[in-house]
Amino acid sequence: MNKTITLAHGNGGAENNELINKVFYKAFKNEILSKSEDAAVIHGGELAFSTDSFTVSPLFFNGADIGKLAICGTCNDLSMMGAKPKYLTCSVIIEEGFEIKSLEKIVASMKEELSKNGAIVVSGDTKVVPKGSVDKIFINTTGIGEIQYKGISSNNISEDDLILVSRDIGAHGATIFAAREGMDLETSLKSDCTSLYPQVEALIKSGIKITALRDATRGGVSAVLNEWAKQSDICIEIQEDKIPVCDEVNGICEMLGFEAMSLANEGTFVLAIPKEDAQKAIEVLQTFEEAKNASIIGKVTQQYEKKVVLHSSWGTKRFLETPTGELLPRIC
Amino acid sequence: MNNELELKDLYDGFRDAKTIKAYAKIIKEDAKLLDKDIHIMEVCGGHTHTIMKYGIPQLLPSNIKFIHGPGCPVCIMPKERIDNAYVLSMQENVILVTLGDMIKVPGSKASLQDARAKGADVRFVYSPMDCIKIANENPDKRVVFFAIGFETTTPMTAALIQTVIKQDIKNICFHINHVTVPEVMCELIDTTDHNIDAFLGPSHVSVISGSKIYEIFPKEYKIPVVVGGFEPVDVMQSISMIVKQFIEKRCELEIEYKRLVSYDGNKKAQDLMSKYFEKTTFKWRGLGNVKNSGFELKEQFAKYNAKVIYKDVLPTQEKKDHKLCICGDILRGVANPPDCTIFGTACKPTKPVGSCMVSSEGACAAYYKYGNLI
Ligand code: SF4
Ligand code: SF4
Repeated sequence: MNKTITLAHGNGGAENNELINKVFYKAFKNEILSKSEDAAVIHGGELAFSTDSFTVSPLFFNGADIGKLAICGTCNDLSMMGAKPKYLTCSVIIEEGFEIKSLEKIVASMKEELSKNGAIVVSGDTKVVPKGSVDKIFINTTGIGEIQYKGISSNNISEDDLILVSRDIGAHGATIFAAREGMDLETSLKSDCTSLYPQVEALIKSGIKITALRDATRGGVSAVLNEWAKQSDICIEIQEDKIPVCDEVNGICEMLGFEAMSLANEGTFVLAIPKEDAQKAIEVLQTFEEAKNASIIGKVTQQYEKKVVLHSSWGTKRFLETPTGELLPRIC
Repeated sequence: MNNELELKDLYDGFRDAKTIKAYAKIIKEDAKLLDKDIHIMEVCGGHTHTIMKYGIPQLLPSNIKFIHGPGCPVCIMPKERIDNAYVLSMQENVILVTLGDMIKVPGSKASLQDARAKGADVRFVYSPMDCIKIANENPDKRVVFFAIGFETTTPMTAALIQTVIKQDIKNICFHINHVTVPEVMCELIDTTDHNIDAFLGPSHVSVISGSKIYEIFPKEYKIPVVVGGFEPVDVMQSISMIVKQFIEKRCELEIEYKRLVSYDGNKKAQDLMSKYFEKTTFKWRGLGNVKNSGFELKEQFAKYNAKVIYKDVLPTQEKKDHKLCICGDILRGVANPPDCTIFGTACKPTKPVGSCMVSSEGACAAYYKYGNLI
């Protein structure tokens, strides 16, 4: 590992994993943490517990802002353990000089998103730091949820499961890139940022069996699949043409040399569902406007242990690796 | 709405499964008529990437083989130039600006990424023109643009210089590291014990310089060239065109990427380049000095030249690559990434030893990312 922290250590990919394992897991090691789930399952399996910090730039972008993200992020982590988000804490670090108006806007989006989850903020903290100490505003949210469906775990995926995604991928990451300074890209692309609990609740209510869920945030679908392959000791085989990607995301990837599979999402999740329930899960998801192109993208085998294989529609295959490094646009 | 269409146009149709399969069939049939194996060198890292990412070799008969070429401006950057960038970034009141992957490449001691972690102001831009905004916003600092790239990016640097001069912007200067493709191809053929039967030429380069820059290969060296695009359909069609040349006993310069490449290229861009730059000898990593293969700012623009402005602090000493790293052989097309003893072990994209592993267009990175199935 490097001697100093680089931006790559926060990419949700390989370097990020290495840092977490070698520094944090090493020190904090315990049975709950080492399960490495989206949220910790505590209190005899009754509650889910999770935390996340948000540092996005720009703060406001098409489809969401940092406030909406801060609520969706933590609530979605809880939802991914089959839990209904209930209580959140919110702590903000604000740079001197930040406009109150913007802060109010951010808080208003937080409020709106909380109501979609039926959750409330029960404790908080505010710090203001000198100009230059943080980039405008950082928000941390921590949440507790009540588990509605027990036994969801990314450590138990087997050949009995199929792999699904809830909608087209990469919209958040591509939107952020398009909104960055110097891109001069006008697109109608919108971040997928949304609260996932309603979709999860619908799946649970319709009696579908669920093996694993994970929202594909930093590192994208490709990071999720690779983690799953490792955690469950399986091979995940994906059919590339089954992965929904919208034209604009494809275009931006093409221009900047990215892969949609590695781009961040904020309202897209990957599911491992027992074969017999997979089709029904798609039907349930598709009743939601934001999940209307939910799709079964692959299956679980034992072909290459702990690996993800991508099959092209013209009959070739390759490994899909965990993304590495900072996402940098290619040179030409 | 317009925009949407343009973005889609970038790739639409060029990844069509039916077309790719159809080409695979044609190539397989045609290849039966070949009397020997054909080794195609894809000069450019972008092509290496497409070939590995889309699994092209899995679609080809065994008598058609690829040799990876010197093709990426990051891969071929010698360590001392990266050291230059590092030192520049550490100067007081300097904002060092460059493109993409350059930030990750290790110099003899450190990379620009390390410099940034140490507090240096290192930024990457999507377009060199963004330097102007950075310079305007930071009037008491000097923006040093570390310019890299082949013919593809050179005109953009030239356009930036033109604007800087026109608008009389005082706080931008340039460290030029632009290189050109045909000279290094000649060098490869002349100096390496090669077995290149045909070249797949990068279309990006020819959009600017025209396909004419490759005329010399079929004419003098008797090696056919097909200038091809970067999508899988482009690559398959280019290979098919190469195979056809061999079975029809032709040796020609052909363009597959007709949608943007012409014989003469973009005259305006070429004029802009020759206004500000002159050809010089460039030391390529793994290949050594190649005459006329690089660009340098003309002397009359010395006051914009970072190499002149900072000549007292810039290191000039040549630096060797890591002794186990065989990037040089890979760039010359005589070795493949898995031939390197530390490939995938001590050298990975997360901890690259050589630049072929750093650049997303580098051969080692492409093999590491996609190639380990085949
Ligand atoms: S710079 Fe672009 S066109 Fe040139 S060799 Fe590299 S990838 Fe190819
Ligand atoms: S694997 Fe690493 S060390 Fe070996 S040739 Fe490639 S870049 Fe150089």
